[in-house]
Amino acid sequence: MSETATLKIWRGQPKAQGRWETHAVPFERGQSVLDGLRWIRVNKDPSLAIRFSCINANACKECMMELDGKTVYACTARLEPREMQVAPLPNKKLVRDLVTEIAPPAERFAVKEK
Amino acid sequence: MSAEPVQVETDVLVIGSGAAGMYAAIEAAREGCRVFLIDRSLIGRGGATVMAQMTVAVALGAEAPDHWSHHYRDTLTAGRGLCNEPLSRLLCEEGPACIREMDSWGVGWARKDGKITSTFAPGHDRPRCVYVDFLNTGPAVSKTLRSAVHKVPGISRAGDLCVVDLLKVDGEVAGAVAWHVGTGAPVVISAKATIVATGGLTRLYRRNSASANMGGDGYALCLRAGAPLIDMEFVQFFPIGHLAPRLIGMDPIMWDPFRYKLGGRLLNKDMAEFTDRYGVPEDGKYVITRDVGTYAILKEVEAGRGSPHGGAYLSFQHVPQTKLREAFGPVIDRLAANGIDLTKMPVEVAPIAHYHMGGVTADVAMRTEIPGLLVAGEAVGGANGANRLSGNAITEALVFGREAGRTAAARAKAMKSTPARPDAARATVDLIRSDPPKDMPNTAAMLTRLQATMSDDVGPLRSQYKLKRALDTIDELGRALGDRPFGDAGSFDMQRLDWFDLRNMLTAARAVTQAASLRTESRGAHQREDFPEMLPQWRVNQAIRLRGQGLDIAQMPASAMEAAAQ
Repeated sequence: MSETATLKIWRGQPKAQGRWETHAVPFERGQSVLDGLRWIRVNKDPSLAIRFSCINANACKECMMELDGKTVYACTARLEPREMQVAPLPNKKLVRDLVTEIAPPAERFAVKEK
Repeated sequence: MSAEPVQVETDVLVIGSGAAGMYAAIEAAREGCRVFLIDRSLIGRGGATVMAQMTVAVALGAEAPDHWSHHYRDTLTAGRGLCNEPLSRLLCEEGPACIREMDSWGVGWARKDGKITSTFAPGHDRPRCVYVDFLNTGPAVSKTLRSAVHKVPGISRAGDLCVVDLLKVDGEVAGAVAWHVGTGAPVVISAKATIVATGGLTRLYRRNSASANMGGDGYALCLRAGAPLIDMEFVQFFPIGHLAPRLIGMDPIMWDPFRYKLGGRLLNKDMAEFTDRYGVPEDGKYVITRDVGTYAILKEVEAGRGSPHGGAYLSFQHVPQTKLREAFGPVIDRLAANGIDLTKMPVEVAPIAHYHMGGVTADVAMRTEIPGLLVAGEAVGGANGANRLSGNAITEALVFGREAGRTAAARAKAMKSTPARPDAARATVDLIRSDPPKDMPNTAAMLTRLQATMSDDVGPLRSQYKLKRALDTIDELGRALGDRPFGDAGSFDMQRLDWFDLRNMLTAARAVTQAASLRTESRGAHQREDFPEMLPQWRVNQAIRLRGQGLDIAQMPASAMEAAAQ
């Protein structure tokens, strides 16, 4: 019997206008939470915003988010066949959905209001 | 969407912040230029460098005698007659200086008895590859260069800037037009010299060993700016990419360093060594080159002798636990957390897209045909011919980056002002600001489809039938993509990011596929099942230019192979 991981994902921007969205993801042993999020983009909703670069190696350190209230790298957090709650980092400026501003201040591009 | 573009002005613009881009930025700044270093991901985190696990080939001669000319000879041999020899020579000759400078910056090359130690890698005539333990070469190189970038005055940096087109003014490149992914705003960057250091195109393939942002964007940018590409048919597959069981938090090319240090046995489903069938008996040592290894594994699978997931077994079961731990320390624990005990079980491996030999045509000063446009690192074509020697990629990134920085600085210093013509950016700014079309197919699914097509039909083993089928799919995806970006130009719009990525990826995919289709022979990383022999008349490089909406491919004889200087 095929198992399912249920990802309850925080969506939106700005922070005050967020909502929770739930997606069922086919579960396969050995998947990461990032694999689950990428599955949602390909199969359900390409607008889901996530930040990642190296995909699987835990080298880029870009996929930091909050899983069940704890800060994790989505690429090393294991997907499990249960409900898992995924949210943006609470202590960083929200950009959109699960993406937050994690670059050092000197490496952010400042788009000034004219 | 009427926001005026943000204007930035600099001496040297560097696009891409892997090793090549960061070294270029450092060098140009040391020469006294203002540098703007940008990346579509975060600075120094994306790209291929951070993913490099182990080897950096360099004739240091620290432990045992070596000379760049030996490294050069091995590079040319691996390149199967197609290397751009001056570029290969530059890589080998200047490698030691860059590696020593990295050492002075504290990268931490592994040492034995106080000397930088080198390991043996396939295709080299002696131990020649330096590394940082454990499996930490790429992250250490990235981190070291990031620190160096911080210390050199004159470098501003910005991540989340995605370049859409290079800025052309009077036939010269004068910067770039980008959009800021964080806000959706268009950004016009004027520069006296522009360096494209965006890496390769491994993202075109389903299973690949580089970051998600390596979609060939630099190749497409340079093509659209009028610069030719070369050798685009040569995509390097790394033969022993991890296949099964599934692992998290591990780089798929991790077995390469394991084989460097511990040998290991490559086995088919009958637990028998098989590489001897393809001309390379290994006997527990790691000697098979990447092109031959890839071919051997895929042929073994085709003959029904593959492992359960469609690859080969790699076994270290004969290596005692103490030796495993001595060689890889904490990595053994990470494997245990994934349920893998190498003393008890083999893993499955299969070829995985790893590196692109092709790229933008450049001279030894990293200049392209277009004034003001330079390239560095994997974006440069030609140094590695039809097959790259293990360990040359990071060396190439450092050497070519430093060279590009130097050349860019010389040009910038000779120019009084940044060439500016406000209307030159208009078409691209309008594209960035345009409203989306009504019909927007799922961009993430389109990307997946392109990767499937490239893997199945333009992978290591090719035929006219498969290549034609791939071109049809690329055309179809191009029509679905249309000419107006999807999404809403708001904050971090992934559909829009995918759209601009696909625009470049389809161009890069077409370049690879068309060049592969024309080359009716097998050589190095390009293996044609319908033309299995390597033919002397095909000792030619293929140069690609954009003509209208299509690609124009010209063939020219490869430079004569000189005997490497002794």
